[in-house]
Amino acid sequence: MKILKLPKDKLDYFASVVQSFGEVHAPVEQDGKFAFKRLARWSEARLDYDRTILPPKKYFLPPRETLFQFKPGAGYIPFAGDMEKKIVLFGVHACDVYALNILDMVFGGKYPDPYYLERRKNIAIIGVECVPDAQCFCRSMRADFVDHGFDLFFHDIGGYYLTMVGTALGDDMVLATRPLFEDVGAGDIDEYKRRSGEKRKKFQIEVEIRDLPEIFEMEYASAIWNELGEKCLSCGSCSAVCPTCYCFDVADDVQLGTRAGGRTRTWDSCLFATHALVAGGENFRKSRSSRVKFRFYHKQRGFVAEYGRPSCVGCGRCISACPVKIDVIKVLDTLREMQHVVSH
Amino acid sequence: MLSATEAAPEVLARANPYQPHMAKIVRIQRLVENHELFTIRFLEDEMVRTFRHLPGQFVMLSIPGVGEAPISISSSSTRPEVLELCVRKTGRVTNALFRLRPNELVGVRGPYGNGFPVREIAGHDLLIAAGGLGMAPLRSLLWYALDNREKFGELILMYGSRTPADMLFGEELVSLVDRADLKCLLTVDSDPTGVWNNRIGVLPKLFDYVKLEPARTYAAVCGPPVVYRYVLERLLDLGFSKDRILMSLERRMKCGVGKCGHCSVGYKYTCMQGPIFNYWDAINLPEMI
Repeated sequence: MKILKLPKDKLDYFASVVQSFGEVHAPVEQDGKFAFKRLARWSEARLDYDRTILPPKKYFLPPRETLFQFKPGAGYIPFAGDMEKKIVLFGVHACDVYALNILDMVFGGKYPDPYYLERRKNIAIIGVECVPDAQCFCRSMRADFVDHGFDLFFHDIGGYYLTMVGTALGDDMVLATRPLFEDVGAGDIDEYKRRSGEKRKKFQIEVEIRDLPEIFEMEYASAIWNELGEKCLSCGSCSAVCPTCYCFDVADDVQLGTRAGGRTRTWDSCLFATHALVAGGENFRKSRSSRVKFRFYHKQRGFVAEYGRPSCVGCGRCISACPVKIDVIKVLDTLREMQHVVSH
Repeated sequence: MLSATEAAPEVLARANPYQPHMAKIVRIQRLVENHELFTIRFLEDEMVRTFRHLPGQFVMLSIPGVGEAPISISSSSTRPEVLELCVRKTGRVTNALFRLRPNELVGVRGPYGNGFPVREIAGHDLLIAAGGLGMAPLRSLLWYALDNREKFGELILMYGSRTPADMLFGEELVSLVDRADLKCLLTVDSDPTGVWNNRIGVLPKLFDYVKLEPARTYAAVCGPPVVYRYVLERLLDLGFSKDRILMSLERRMKCGVGKCGHCSVGYKYTCMQGPIFNYWDAINLPEMI
């Protein structure tokens, strides 16, 4: 991989050049929290953010998106919307890039989803390294580093950003500003390693994921699911803020007074009561506890069976989003640590 | 930036798994109450020529303005050109479908799902056991096997319904009773008509009329829960291996192509690894049946 370094005081200039590659979006402060937004000016960007309310998936799988337009006699006509717009997402954390790599597996595969994949092609990603806080467990989920899925990735090594060039487009960005970037020396690598070690020590949460699928199988009938079902409000906040939740609903909307309209897909959640409801009224996950269990089970057990890893990157968003404080860490810890007292 | 009226990028037209292809309803036959058989034909010649499915696969059926629903294919690709969909009037899309008349258009995409493992079944005996409306997803397998008769050993159909009038594809199946290359066992729980000349009794009783060789037989089963309960019990008693008992599942589906998440059971997608599962999967996947 091509690796260079960018002096931190040249970042502003680099950002101004990057605008020519697309509309620049970056984390912006919003009532004390952060959100990825189109920048009005570069100074709004807050690369020191902790986590954004919504993950970058909103750019690739928009909360609501028209797939087709239909009208009598013409059938369903594919609708592109703004999927060809060039955007540069500046300041994406490793866990969120990792989550996109996971979504790539879901939206690729046997039936590639052109809506997602076109956006993935048209939206550039410049990653930045971050500092773990009390809710981060990306390291446990093996998502604290990414080796692909970005165009450029900036690692903080003091006065410079050590810059990993991930794609040809990333290289074009570097070349467009070539005089800004410097070659990496042995001292820079040493500094990277030192800081990487420091960063590792900052994680306050550790989850052992290795035999979680087995434990999920064993604890399938556990009382913990009923307790969580009692607490859960089925609001779906955890799914909305999750960088790897991809469930969607599809519906046809007719324009008033016509037989024309659009077929749209919207974010859905397996916590919603209708998620497994079929025509005729049968609901395969009628109880809230079965839906809470399903969400955990799918992320930590089902996805592992299908794609070889959990569909959780440890970003910690669901912990702060849950209105009744269901905490993924506590759930996983309880499952692993609880002891069954057998009475005779 | 594209405006709404500009043409979609080529990729959406070329490779779009969500693209419904318009098809004309060419025939509607009432089967039993709330069940009709819709025969449809794609408008595009290319689709008519190339659309081939395995028994047990399904399509996503669209009615513009109403939505999309998964429907299993009741015809066999050995009889191409048209698709036959046996539809129960039960939800939003199927209610709208029942309001359509011949020559009206629907959208269809697919085929999806794994289908019955016909290559694996080939060379073996095949028992098709259906109760009530369970005949709908098994009819494609029956005709596939009859049309590829040389590929299979003994072929046995056991079908039971409450009364002769409740029998799906009743006339068609009765006409198969005399075939020498099919053991076609039909039964009804009771016969208010008095003219039924096949068997009377519950479905599991049909096991008394046939000698099965579990070691070289696959069983495809579909029906209401009571059918699963008694038929599965008989099959296991006879020594059938759990992975040679096949069943078709129904789940909510919004995409059919392994993305939308709705049809997930345990760690499998009904639309991708199903809808045909074997009994071993069924007892191992949570929430399966």
